[in-house]
Amino acid sequence: MTLPLFFFYVFSVITVASALMVIAARNPVHSVLFLILAFVNSAGLFMLAGAEFLALILIVVYVGAVAVLFLFVTMMLDVDFASLRQGMLQYAPVGVVVGVILLLELLLVAGSIVLPVDGGAVAAVPMDAAIDNTRAIGQLLYTRYVFLFQGAAGVLLVAMIGAIVLTLRHKSNVKRQDVFRQTGRKRSEGTELVKVKSGQGL
Amino acid sequence: MLAATGIGLGHYLTVGAILFTLGVFGIFLNRKNIIVILMSVELILLAVNINFVAFSSQLGDLAGQVFALLILTVAAAEAAIGLAILVIFYRNRGSIAVEDVNSLKG
Repeated sequence: MTLPLFFFYVFSVITVASALMVIAARNPVHSVLFLILAFVNSAGLFMLAGAEFLALILIVVYVGAVAVLFLFVTMMLDVDFASLRQGMLQYAPVGVVVGVILLLELLLVAGSIVLPVDGGAVAAVPMDAAIDNTRAIGQLLYTRYVFLFQGAAGVLLVAMIGAIVLTLRHKSNVKRQDVFRQTGRKRSEGTELVKVKSGQGL
Repeated sequence: MLAATGIGLGHYLTVGAILFTLGVFGIFLNRKNIIVILMSVELILLAVNINFVAFSSQLGDLAGQVFALLILTVAAAEAAIGLAILVIFYRNRGSIAVEDVNSLKG
């Protein structure tokens, strides 16, 4: 057994075990922590496949942002999670049936796939061994797939605006700054010219 | 690239298949808890990404990794929107159980 194969088995076993714990843990906070473990170990799998950039992005974006967002929301909601576990096994049999059928089909596909040795499929973007992975993805993403890149940026922008609009709450008893009213103020509203008689104060 | 290390494409596809199945099974198992359902969807997307990266590495084609990057983007956006909807739903109803989401039922 080669060293990469050994690490592949370590990463994949931990990934699958923690994915199992994500769906089976009693406490949702534990689920989120196991989700983080699954993401980190699949980053190791990506690294073994030679996708270094995606591996690091998976850790930065998923563990750093998405999983922590899950953690925040799980801890913020004061929900009686024990009551949500009631009747959990009610749907387990049909889930097992669907899951086993799905797994068998997927494994049959995975085991029977045959790739042409050469000349069968022409790679859309052949890898260049001289360029490292991050540089190659950057060169590809900013030239050939630049519209997809901007589309992804649009998706993220819409998601950001949507999340803000959904969760923003206006409180009526809080004084807020009105920039338009501030900058649109006329001189006549702010100052007053008073005619003062000479020899008298105001 | 994969063949030199002794790891075959089938290894990756098997891990992806197991992760995908666990995600689907998690949706069935946690019918009441929306947070765990969202996490199961993340697991499913992770399985899809593993398949993309494995094929990309096997075929020497970088387009798969670009596609996986776009899937990561969409998954992050989906998680943000889903959790935002979850938060306002909890604020309005005081519950996150799926069976309480029946306001539209006639």
